[in-house]
Amino acid sequence: MKTTKLTKYIRRYFPYVLVTAAFLICQSLISTGTMPRTTKSLLIPVCVYIVMAVSLNLTVGISGELSLGHAGFMAIGAFTGIVVAEYTGSVFSAPEWVQLLLAIVAGGVLAGIMGTLIGIPVLRLHGDYLAIVTLAFGEIIRNVLNCIYISLDGKKLHFAFNNMNIDGKLLFRGPTGATGVTRIATFTAGFLLVLVTLFVVLNLIHSRSGRAIMAIRDNRIAAESVGIDVTEYRMMAFVTSAVLAGMGGALFGLNYSTLAPSNFSFNASILILVYVVLGGIGNITGSIIAATVLYVLPEELRRFSDYRMLVYAVVLIAVMLVTNSTSVRGFFDRFRDKEQKQRKDGPENKTGKEGAHHE
Amino acid sequence: MTAFLSNLINGISLGSVYAIIALGYTMVYGIAKMLNFAHGDVIMVGAYICFCCLFDLGLHPALGVLASMVVCTLLGILIERLAYKPLRQATSLSVLITAIGMSYFLQNLAQLIWGANPKSFQTVIPAGSVNLMNGQLKISYVSIVTIAASLVVMAALSTFVSRTKMGKAMRCVSEDKGAAQLMGVNVNMTISVTFAIGSALAAVAGVLMCSAYPTLKPTTGSMPGIKAFTAAVFGGIGSIPGAMLGGILLGIIEILGRAYVSSELGDAFVFAVLILVLLIKPTGLLGKAVREKV
Amino acid sequence: MSEEVKHKFNTKMVPFPSQAIVPERDLHKLPVLDVRNLGIDFGGLTAVDGFNITIGPTEISGLIGPNGAGKTTIFNLLTSVYQPTRGSILLNGIDTKGMTTHKVNKLGIARTFQNIRLFTDMTALDNVKVGMHNGIKCSFASSVLRLPSHFKAEKQANEKAMELLDFMGLTEVADQKAGSLPYGVQRRLEIVRALATSPSIILLDEPAAGMNPSETTELMHQIRRIRDTFHIAVFLIEHDMNLVMNVCEAIAVVNYGRIIAKGTPDDIRQNPAVIEAYLGREEGNP
Repeated sequence: MKTTKLTKYIRRYFPYVLVTAAFLICQSLISTGTMPRTTKSLLIPVCVYIVMAVSLNLTVGISGELSLGHAGFMAIGAFTGIVVAEYTGSVFSAPEWVQLLLAIVAGGVLAGIMGTLIGIPVLRLHGDYLAIVTLAFGEIIRNVLNCIYISLDGKKLHFAFNNMNIDGKLLFRGPTGATGVTRIATFTAGFLLVLVTLFVVLNLIHSRSGRAIMAIRDNRIAAESVGIDVTEYRMMAFVTSAVLAGMGGALFGLNYSTLAPSNFSFNASILILVYVVLGGIGNITGSIIAATVLYVLPEELRRFSDYRMLVYAVVLIAVMLVTNSTSVRGFFDRFRDKEQKQRKDGPENKTGKEGAHHE
Repeated sequence: MTAFLSNLINGISLGSVYAIIALGYTMVYGIAKMLNFAHGDVIMVGAYICFCCLFDLGLHPALGVLASMVVCTLLGILIERLAYKPLRQATSLSVLITAIGMSYFLQNLAQLIWGANPKSFQTVIPAGSVNLMNGQLKISYVSIVTIAASLVVMAALSTFVSRTKMGKAMRCVSEDKGAAQLMGVNVNMTISVTFAIGSALAAVAGVLMCSAYPTLKPTTGSMPGIKAFTAAVFGGIGSIPGAMLGGILLGIIEILGRAYVSSELGDAFVFAVLILVLLIKPTGLLGKAVREKV
Repeated sequence: MSEEVKHKFNTKMVPFPSQAIVPERDLHKLPVLDVRNLGIDFGGLTAVDGFNITIGPTEISGLIGPNGAGKTTIFNLLTSVYQPTRGSILLNGIDTKGMTTHKVNKLGIARTFQNIRLFTDMTALDNVKVGMHNGIKCSFASSVLRLPSHFKAEKQANEKAMELLDFMGLTEVADQKAGSLPYGVQRRLEIVRALATSPSIILLDEPAAGMNPSETTELMHQIRRIRDTFHIAVFLIEHDMNLVMNVCEAIAVVNYGRIIAKGTPDDIRQNPAVIEAYLGREEGNP
């Protein structure tokens, strides 16, 4: 009994340990100057994609709803973050870390509001229909962003739709997106955001609300029959996921000097989904590892230039075939069956005894 | 009025292409219960094959279309056998990711073979138009051929599915794979045929689409793919008449939306209409509502 | 079970104003379930029609009938999985018309399912804790921020869930995945999960299906113990006549969506309409 509790604890807190260890290793590599510049430039995006993958896993893995529009929330967070950082920077001349903090919070809040608005209609649907509607919303968000122009005139923000003739310094210009952004995102901020994400998601999973969310995923009708409000908890997972994606997006936006809405297309959503599926549905540690490896891999494959995405595609298909094909599975199951049999023997005998005792 | 009519005809023409692509999506979904995201890229391959036949080999357009249909058919069967068949028992998400991987693969392969620069696709259909109403309303040959071709395809497919033995087998498999197998239907064969038909249709759609919008690049297929997928859901995924209806309506909505609402927000308008329809009819226009058994 | 408890529940069945019979001890209490003229049509097909039943707050009653008679449909109507086409359902005196399943559960009706619906990927303990969902007071914020109220609520939930598991003899399997449990154990776990919602009536849909005779005997004791311990009503669908006749105080028989007989087990045994529904009519008899 005690050992199972211990392993439970280790499993529960492993993601924090993993992330912190990785952060410390990277920091020491940076301080000793042994980390190549190209690798260093990947650190913040990796943090962002970990946040994206973990938050999407909350929707796809824990809540069991296939969402194909996660990059939409990321986009909202990114551009909100850029505008807020620019505004607080030039109007209040706030220090950089305050700008960053406010940007991330604002990105999360706005993405959360959008998540709520989208969630109300979306969560009435199920399965593939829900997936296509999230895809549609992701595309709508990108399309609308393509038409928005925002400028800063002294202390006033101007918004315009499909009209770039507005006063002041243009912060955001439709399809071109944001240019000349001050890059204030830091690796430490990325690490902290990953910790916050893990804290929120893991605590949510291991709580009354998390159990309700997973119960709905496993059996909606049974969950309703024990008094769980299905809409409320599907919404909770969806909006939490959107907020975290918005926060990740804000950090992402402040890591590049130029960023366009086309960076957040359907393909970006799919990329995050790939991390989640390859890392294991509902497996948070898996999402962290998959996001890191799969983000870094194509970048490191750059020396294969033209072949790199081809290799990536082949690897993706191969991994799916190896982990899911019945013939390959059968091979591994031969080992697993033995293990499971040994584990199962004990408890089953015990239940037998229990029954006898009652009679 | 004439402007509206001309938009409407353009919409029907675009919608016909969507409908042909959506048929591929919907048939595969109905039978294999999977979203074949690589379908859009089969369109692109079809267009490139036709392009090569016409320009590099200098073949007759009809031969080019035929060649691209043959290649795409083989490609569809090959993709199904290699990537999807081993995953029959896997979760639908795993299959989805494999399909996405296949889509990346085709796009990047095309980029390696034909390069990333867009090629200008010369239409296989003679340029020119029919003038109606004293020359006020011009209908291009491309539109006419596209609409006619899609009508032929739809009629042929409907007859195939409702009249032939293989069509009956397809309907059986889509309703209950296990029961169909027990009744002696060769499920693997049926699924292969479905992929073959879907891919051949994709080739046709590719040629028609590139005749109307003549830029060809490795990502040409993705957006029409997504739109056609939307069209399939719009009409009720799994339903063949639904895909036809959904495709044509989507094309009309897109062109009219661009013309009368906002040219920049055309796509957003399409997706917004889709969402509205799904909220009113959660399983699409012609989709059947399935009551979950408790 | 103590002699005192046994005595307390051993009362005869008496007529109730709504053409039903309830135990004498429940006569002056509000019925937990009062169903009037309930009916539902699927398209043109009438699945249930004119269904009336009154169940006293500590009554054990049964619903029997041939396959396809509409028994599970009646359960689905009672728990608002389907909305009735006609008639009314009063649960503890409150009309449940238009309410969702989770709302009627909060009002006091819990159920099990004919084809077991457990949360298969969760442990048995977690299944029960999901059942206690509305009994645990702990908000989203306090869970995510791990406020003291979260730990307090979790501790209480754990204790109560273990108590309930112990009640049905499932302590040993608390940490096992629900999906990996043997069939009979899964059925009992589903009952525990339903009990965890603190209902005033529990609906059991074929609780003995797939159980061997000794498990069924055990289940009979447990059903009585549920009523005696929690003082709640039990309404069950079952094909095992031995269980139904032994456990139930009142029985309703349905066929083709209509009640064909109601009464005590002895009444039902001798009712010609019931015999006909189960065995068919003899050739030549009117």
